[in-house]
Amino acid sequence: MGLLADRVSWHVGGRLIVDEVSLEPEPGSTVGLLGPNGSGKSTLLRLLSGVRGASAGVVRLDGVPIDRVGRRNVARKVGLVEQQADTGVDMNVLDVVRLGRVPHRRPWSAETAADEEAVRSALEYTELSDKKRRSWHTLSGGERQRVQIARALAQQPRELLLDEPTNHLDIRHQLELLGLVVRIPVTSVLALHDLNLAAMFCDQLIVLREGSAVTSGKPSEVLTPELIADVYDVRAGVSPDGPGGRPAVRFFPGKPSEC
Amino acid sequence: MRSLLTRSGGVGTTVLWVCGLALLCLSVAFTITIGPADIAVPNVWAVVADHLGLGDSGLSLIREGIIWNLRLPRTVLAAVCGAGLGLCGVVMQSLLRNPLADPYVLGISSGASTGAVSVVILGLGSGVATLSLGAFLGSLCSFTLVLVLSHVVGGTADRVILSGVAAMQLFSALTSFIVMSAGDAEQTRSVLFWLLGSLAGTGWFDVASCLFALVVVLLVCLAKATALDAFTFGQDAAASLGVSVTRTRTVLLIATALLTATLVSSAGAIGFVGLVLPHAARALVGSGHRGLLPTTALAGAIFLVWIDTIARTVLDPQEIPVGVMTSLIGVPAFVVILYRTRKTS
Repeated sequence: MGLLADRVSWHVGGRLIVDEVSLEPEPGSTVGLLGPNGSGKSTLLRLLSGVRGASAGVVRLDGVPIDRVGRRNVARKVGLVEQQADTGVDMNVLDVVRLGRVPHRRPWSAETAADEEAVRSALEYTELSDKKRRSWHTLSGGERQRVQIARALAQQPRELLLDEPTNHLDIRHQLELLGLVVRIPVTSVLALHDLNLAAMFCDQLIVLREGSAVTSGKPSEVLTPELIADVYDVRAGVSPDGPGGRPAVRFFPGKPSEC
Repeated sequence: MRSLLTRSGGVGTTVLWVCGLALLCLSVAFTITIGPADIAVPNVWAVVADHLGLGDSGLSLIREGIIWNLRLPRTVLAAVCGAGLGLCGVVMQSLLRNPLADPYVLGISSGASTGAVSVVILGLGSGVATLSLGAFLGSLCSFTLVLVLSHVVGGTADRVILSGVAAMQLFSALTSFIVMSAGDAEQTRSVLFWLLGSLAGTGWFDVASCLFALVVVLLVCLAKATALDAFTFGQDAAASLGVSVTRTRTVLLIATALLTATLVSSAGAIGFVGLVLPHAARALVGSGHRGLLPTTALAGAIFLVWIDTIARTVLDPQEIPVGVMTSLIGVPAFVVILYRTRKTS
């Protein structure tokens, strides 16, 4: 049950972007998608959210192929936070978070008590309650990400998909944001670039290269100098006793092939 | 720009709509009295009541005719066109995520003009195609051209506008060419109508068909109001919020093309209303479409009623095409809006 991908592929213009990737997150766990730029992380998240249809293979939500669940029903269970959400429209934080109620509302119907409650608790969870009247355009990058997460939470999802949520944030905000994501009691799948943050916050990691899954498992199993050399083409050392008993990665200058 | 009223769509917006409707009715009644014939506001009410079967107006046939057959249909059509163009503007701006989108800037109005003159002057589809059908096909053609062209050249917001400008120039030129090629002095003068719009010589049939199109399209858009909200952060965001992007876009783009075509068949291509009014309405009620769509329609109606009055009286007895007035007044208003949005963002 839950959300799973079964050997999904996606290609555009003859180029394979995602190549037979399977993924089945444990309910309530945090799964990190790793891989270099262009390895298919963002596309895989779009396939999982049903925003894109798979060229081959199938994404299932509670056992049903996602394209047969219906867009609204998917949006009530799966929330997607995109990498760089922006708008030219002048909105405040509350307006943006309220968008999360779109899949729960019928045409013509007014906002219900359940809508208000979901928005209120999403704002509270992301510690944005005192900023709800702030204009979107005055927010910092970290605040915008938090607002988008609050919007996704207002959807009351069971699965949360995040595409590089820590992009362009300073280290404190990266840590705060991932701490927040891990605390949310939903299954989350997030694309990440920082291997140490992935090790610290994720229960499972999947490493993609050119669209295919190279390996997957616990951070301690996945993050090895060999894998990092192989996938990212950089020299790295991994010590197993990082924060919280998770592995910690250090990088060295030079190409791995030169050693 | 912060909204001036509560944005939750509650009491504030309802009060605004009631005041807006009242202001619109008063504007219609008052502007009808402006002009060479001596008419007072109570005469207007009396004539309307007379035609609704509520007693006799007691006016001479000529004065009654001036009110009922000349000024009233023209003023009501101005209101309907203003509302319709404003509505099309909001929907296009939201769907294309572009604050500059509007039926005129994107060449949809010009396309409708070309379609209409193709039927009227060239006699294309003779007998089968009506002027309105020609206008509709023309507007769809230009819409498709703009979407295909902007997709081919990159699909970003500025490219959509550049494609629209190109389409507008192309279809305006085609309209002029077709009209001039008829070589008939009478029809050559009509080029002003098709390029700049005019509400002169309107009959009740025009009013009825435009009002019908307006009501239908307004209802369609209101039914899609939440979906339009979901487009704020783009197509993928809308899809992830449970909106069927392709279906919503197709339905709304066809609806706006249809409304634009109907308005253009009756009033020619009037610019700037669809561009400016949505921004003014957003400043009043915020960006939620449930409040924004009716507010823009009301604001557009009041705006065009007054603009048309100015257009027909300022150089009396000479009449200025209404599109000239909308641009003369719309451009400074637009600059003010741009300036105010610049300050806050």
